[in-house]
Amino acid sequence: MSTIVPRRLPGRRRKGSTPLGGASINLLYVPALALFAVFTIYPLVNGVALSFTNWNGYSAERSGVGLDNYFRLFSDDTFRLVLVNTFIYGIGSTIIQQVLGLGLAVALDLKIRGRNIARAIIYLPVLVSPVVMGTMYYLLFQYNNGAFNDIVIALGGERVAWLSDSSAAIAIVVVVNSLQFVGISMIIYLAGLQSIPGELYEASSIDGATAFSQFRFISIPMLQPAFATSIVLNLIGGLKLFDVIQVLTGGGPGYSTNSVSTLIGVAYFDNQSAGYASAMGVVLFIVIVIFTLALNTLLNRRRLDQA
Amino acid sequence: MTSSLSRKGAAAAVGVFLIIVVIVQLLPFYVSLTSSLKERTDRSSQWVFPVADIFFGNFQSAIEDGNILRAIGNSAIITVISTVLVCVIGALAAYPLARRLTTFNTGITLANLGLIMIPPLSILVPLYTLLNQMQALNTYWGIILVMVTTQLPLSIFLYTAFMRSLPISVEEAATVDGANRLQLLFGIVFPMLKPVTATVVILTGVAVWNEFALSGYILTRPEMQTIAPAIASFFSVQSSNLPAASAASLLAVIPVLVAYLFLQRYFIKGMVAGAEK
Repeated sequence: MSTIVPRRLPGRRRKGSTPLGGASINLLYVPALALFAVFTIYPLVNGVALSFTNWNGYSAERSGVGLDNYFRLFSDDTFRLVLVNTFIYGIGSTIIQQVLGLGLAVALDLKIRGRNIARAIIYLPVLVSPVVMGTMYYLLFQYNNGAFNDIVIALGGERVAWLSDSSAAIAIVVVVNSLQFVGISMIIYLAGLQSIPGELYEASSIDGATAFSQFRFISIPMLQPAFATSIVLNLIGGLKLFDVIQVLTGGGPGYSTNSVSTLIGVAYFDNQSAGYASAMGVVLFIVIVIFTLALNTLLNRRRLDQA
Repeated sequence: MTSSLSRKGAAAAVGVFLIIVVIVQLLPFYVSLTSSLKERTDRSSQWVFPVADIFFGNFQSAIEDGNILRAIGNSAIITVISTVLVCVIGALAAYPLARRLTTFNTGITLANLGLIMIPPLSILVPLYTLLNQMQALNTYWGIILVMVTTQLPLSIFLYTAFMRSLPISVEEAATVDGANRLQLLFGIVFPMLKPVTATVVILTGVAVWNEFALSGYILTRPEMQTIAPAIASFFSVQSSNLPAASAASLLAVIPVLVAYLFLQRYFIKGMVAGAEK
């Protein structure tokens, strides 16, 4: 049948092509691809190449050192510590944001007075630069005259050096980052909850389901796509973490609160080891790709199981 | 009876939980407001609002010593131009990706999503070197091209998804009526993109306004600094003068806050659209 009809009659197009005509409309994405090629792909490839050299970042000289930078990374105690910090920032923030974000979404999905203003206030920090949030939180946590230490003293305690203790400082960075961006998870879960058909709840309450079992057996499974989106977004954001650390602790005390991102800046601009910094950048990128792919596989498989 | 009592208890618990979170979220803003309105020598607690003697000198010193107004101006220029470019280049790029589904174009759509995963700091070293060779460090055009490139993947993704949801019959009818390619694109397709463009404008605008990781390294001259790096460097130089640093922080928030107050509906809608991939 199709052999009789010529492949393309004048004025008739193949299925799936556009009224704009042939391949020439692909020209429309050339500006975007050109920008990606120059400012993303070329630097990415070049970064991999630089990671095999001992370049110091400014001189004309550089020589290949093979995989030395990578071997050095994994015998470098500072880098190992910073990689662990990066995981804590990523995973810690993701957990807090899911628990708090889902709790807030469920609470603000109820018909209560003032819920619009509560949503707006909880979402507000998302719009503020993390640098500004870091500065503001510094006022709360600073040693002398800090708002939290004022409370500690009023209660008869001794001033706490919140940010000079590395474990406490890491926890504070996680909490500050989580609180700043919990609004994103809240909005994603709210949208998810609102897209669940009300009949499901009605039918189950006729069958005598409790509020808890409705949440467990209706809301949670129906929120599966929202979980996937929110977890992946938060995890990528947490693993990239840079701004808050820079302002709140500057990576200190010592190197103890750096993330891989902040350490790259130190290695390149302060220690003049551009080759080494590039190797860190490659490792960070690979870590993020692995986490994202693993999570996607895991969350999609769970969704299939539920179906 | 017991069930209505426990329901009341649950409602009260939900109310308390929400009030606590709202207070926690407002705390940093409150504390920076009180400390920005007090003299540096004032050692009263940050919890205390200076009702009797409000002091505006910190805002003055943030503006004079911190170059904050200049930084706000730089951020405004860079944000507006980058956002316009992201919308135009993104919408153009999305059209063939939405309407001409060849294997190659599908590949480009996927690769575009992959670009979102690249952390800015992992390309910092080669990007800085490249901009240095192009003499683009400390220039508006240099930072604008970088900002446009980092924000484009999300905008292309959103435009492509939106265009695929539009019925193709409108475009076919226009072609039958004799519209040429440019008329079709600018007369028919682009006017339909208003809702998704609002989303792209908000997401791009906020991201560029707040950007710190790359702009902090690319724009180092004080007169070129944008707002986030300006606050960070003012804060690190003036760490003994926290009242001025909080005044500077509040000044940086005001433009975003004003936009949020007027466009709140679009912000939340845009965020949902941006998040629901």
